[in-house]
Amino acid sequence: MAGKVHVETTLNGEQIEFLCEPRQSLLEVLRDVLGFTGAKEGCLTGDCGACSVIIDGRVACSCLVLGPEVQSKTLETVEGLATSGDKLHPLQQKFLEHAALQCGICTPGFLVAAKALLDRNPNPTEHEVRFGLAGNLCRCTGYDKIVRAVMDAAAVMQGR
Amino acid sequence: MEVQEAKFKVIGTRPIRHDGVDKVTGRARYGADISLPGMLHAKVLRSPHAHARIKSIDTSAAQALPGVKAVITGNDLPDLAAGAQQMGEMVINPRYLSLNILAKDKALYNGHAIAAVAATSPHIAEEALNLIKVEYEVLPPVLHVNKAMAAGATILLSELRTSGEPEKSDQETNVATHVRFARGDLEAGFKAADAVVEHEFDTSMVHQGYIEPHNAVAQYNADGHSTVWVSTQGTFSVRELCAHILQMPVGNIKVVPAEIGGGFGGKTTVYLEPLALFLSKKTAKPVKMIMSRTEVLKATGPTSGSFIRCKIGAKKDGTITAAQIWMAYEAGAFPGSPVGAGCMTVFAPYALENLQIDGYDVVVNKPKTCAYRAPGATNAAFAAETVLDELAEKLSLDPLEFRRINGAKEGTAQPAGPQFRRIGFLETLEAAKNSEHYKSSLPKVAGKLVGRGVASGFWFNAGFQSSATVSINGDGTANVVTGSPDIGGSRASCAMIAAEVLGLKAEQVNPVVADTDSIGHTDVTGGSRVTFATGYAVYDAAQSAVKQLRERAATLWKVKPEDVVYQDGVVSCTTNGQESMSLKQLAGRLARAGGPVTGSAAVNPRGVGPAFATQIADVAVDPETGKVDILRFTAVQDVGKAVHPSYVEGQIHGGVSQGIGWALNEEYYYDENGIMRNSGFLDYRMPTCLDLPMIETVLIEVANPGHPIGIRGVGEVPIVPPPAAIANALYRALGVRLTELPMSPPKVVKALMEKK
Repeated sequence: MAGKVHVETTLNGEQIEFLCEPRQSLLEVLRDVLGFTGAKEGCLTGDCGACSVIIDGRVACSCLVLGPEVQSKTLETVEGLATSGDKLHPLQQKFLEHAALQCGICTPGFLVAAKALLDRNPNPTEHEVRFGLAGNLCRCTGYDKIVRAVMDAAAVMQGR
Repeated sequence: MEVQEAKFKVIGTRPIRHDGVDKVTGRARYGADISLPGMLHAKVLRSPHAHARIKSIDTSAAQALPGVKAVITGNDLPDLAAGAQQMGEMVINPRYLSLNILAKDKALYNGHAIAAVAATSPHIAEEALNLIKVEYEVLPPVLHVNKAMAAGATILLSELRTSGEPEKSDQETNVATHVRFARGDLEAGFKAADAVVEHEFDTSMVHQGYIEPHNAVAQYNADGHSTVWVSTQGTFSVRELCAHILQMPVGNIKVVPAEIGGGFGGKTTVYLEPLALFLSKKTAKPVKMIMSRTEVLKATGPTSGSFIRCKIGAKKDGTITAAQIWMAYEAGAFPGSPVGAGCMTVFAPYALENLQIDGYDVVVNKPKTCAYRAPGATNAAFAAETVLDELAEKLSLDPLEFRRINGAKEGTAQPAGPQFRRIGFLETLEAAKNSEHYKSSLPKVAGKLVGRGVASGFWFNAGFQSSATVSINGDGTANVVTGSPDIGGSRASCAMIAAEVLGLKAEQVNPVVADTDSIGHTDVTGGSRVTFATGYAVYDAAQSAVKQLRERAATLWKVKPEDVVYQDGVVSCTTNGQESMSLKQLAGRLARAGGPVTGSAAVNPRGVGPAFATQIADVAVDPETGKVDILRFTAVQDVGKAVHPSYVEGQIHGGVSQGIGWALNEEYYYDENGIMRNSGFLDYRMPTCLDLPMIETVLIEVANPGHPIGIRGVGEVPIVPPPAAIANALYRALGVRLTELPMSPPKVVKALMEKK
């Protein structure tokens, strides 16, 4: 067994450090080493997006990134979306209001991907939302209410 | 039963679901999120062959790997006798169930479990799998029902004999069951027809495609008691199935429902749970197991591929004179396809005098099928609704009008015999016909061929057993405890039903899904039954709580309980107009009025409300590539009473999009050796949000007379019509009938080329 690697990184605004095996994915580090189980494993091949996190402003499948690769990076996960204890991020709030989740397993990944999308394009068209979220699979909702929730959240965040 | 309409205050509103915040913050705990101190991780070695005799297994090198704590094979599990056993609402064959969990002498499909390893990390367990040496004698695979049924076919299970009517046989066979429903005079019916259409259909095996892989964490204790944490649709089923497979007392197993990341029928049985429990017993440590996506696709329970012949005749006035269908469904490696349900649903939307339905349950070298949303109905409806469409065209009738002429209503006999009670099929046809979508003209798309199609579908509503308790908190709020894992908003619907009865707001009721030690027996979350049956138990439990509240108030006021009325969260005395108290006030005084209030109920309701759907699809086809785009889709459904309309719409959205995937892209692709070649989400192509339009829903509320709130099952029927509706739309676009699923680009291009 190879020795563990020491990694320093920024997770949801906090400076953290961890030890991981070189073969452990970022998803495994988040879930099993750091206890951040919001990112989910759906495929381990980068096809479902349930493990989406934001690395230096870009959405990425954490199952396709190795733990040691996030040295000196800035990570955002679903756990960092809401910044106060009694108020959700507008995307989270709109997902609830629009009933944009059923089983909820894909929800963290969608929220993270939607945040990355709105960070880049605060005023997307329906097609741009669909394009921006095409890396995330949902099997329950047919995406209808997810797309509406993201459009509505964008409007609220734009003060419309 | 008289259904009280239009009086509801909570039912029919759209509150935020109670488990919502946990699910948007990442806090909700799914099976894979559960960890216990000292936990081991286990992995399964799976067959690389579709059909092979297992000659020997050498686990010594794996056992010797540092970190490996246990290796088991099929011979370590109890040897169970074959034969049907009643288990709750299911009939199971314990032997086949056990052999599917872990093969003994034969591997029957690519992915069949051969051995399992528990180790201190998942990586070590994986390394150990590579050290297990298995000697196989490879046998020819049987990969299509027609080959499996042919004379001289390779036999999968030497002890299998055909059961069911009309024939029984003592011969070796791959046909487990033959079901037949027949009535009237088929020959005379076809003779009386002015037009007859007949086609053959071939559909591929497809998977439920839930995003969360199967998981299980098990802890076996030295006193024989054990706990299993798992994402499942049925905690009580997991308990009973584990008890059967491991020959443990049912009451010694506690199953704790983790949140469940989708199931659609696929999480109603066990795969990992008995292995984790057995490995925990062997190692004296908790054991966690999680499947990879490839394992989920290759080795859990997809739904059947099928071969179907359908023939229907009708008169010029549109009356169907005879209908015949012959259906062979892949069971997978062990008996148990949903062909029976296919037979019962296929012509159910229509009143037919002369019909014959033959269904065959056929074993093939593919994974053992499991339930998938309206199991068996979609394959059959694809065939029947396509033939109906062509018949309507031949008779120059509007396809919705043709369906209306023959449409089932209250009193119509179902194919299996029983008459329908009040149903809403005709209402769905009427609403589809009057929809803006159906009245609009087809959009033109440059360079593409466009078409519109319609289809209808039917699915049951299961009753089965459910338990619930409703308790009143000191501040006048309430808790609702059920045993139904919440797969898509049923906590909200159960809380809303209790709130309606108690005169509370939905937010004042806390719904809880309890483990098997903490609530009475509750059958699976499946069969479109939770809001119907568990909702019925919640309704009864809340009524019981109301009765107790009236008794408590009567004690305080020193009057008879029948002199106390309860309405909208207020108790008042009818004999003394002065006395009145809010639930909150009463709740604070219960200790002095006889004690806490807990209503409980257990039901096995019979008044099921089946569901009908009619759908309209507009498609655009690229004639060069064969790619099909869904331009517009409308789903009309009789939903009984929509408790939380957003989640009813959600069920329809989900069912329709699974149906679209089934229609256009999804298939199990096996090579000639029976090896699945698309066992990942890149190649098992499910719809993304870029592939779908908004899905328009029309909710028709024809109350179910068998339920106090009028609730029907809503979750499954929306998956039934899409493949047929899209096939019919493609016919309008291309001028060719597509009779194979999926109608993927190569098949569309081939059909266009054959037409030229």
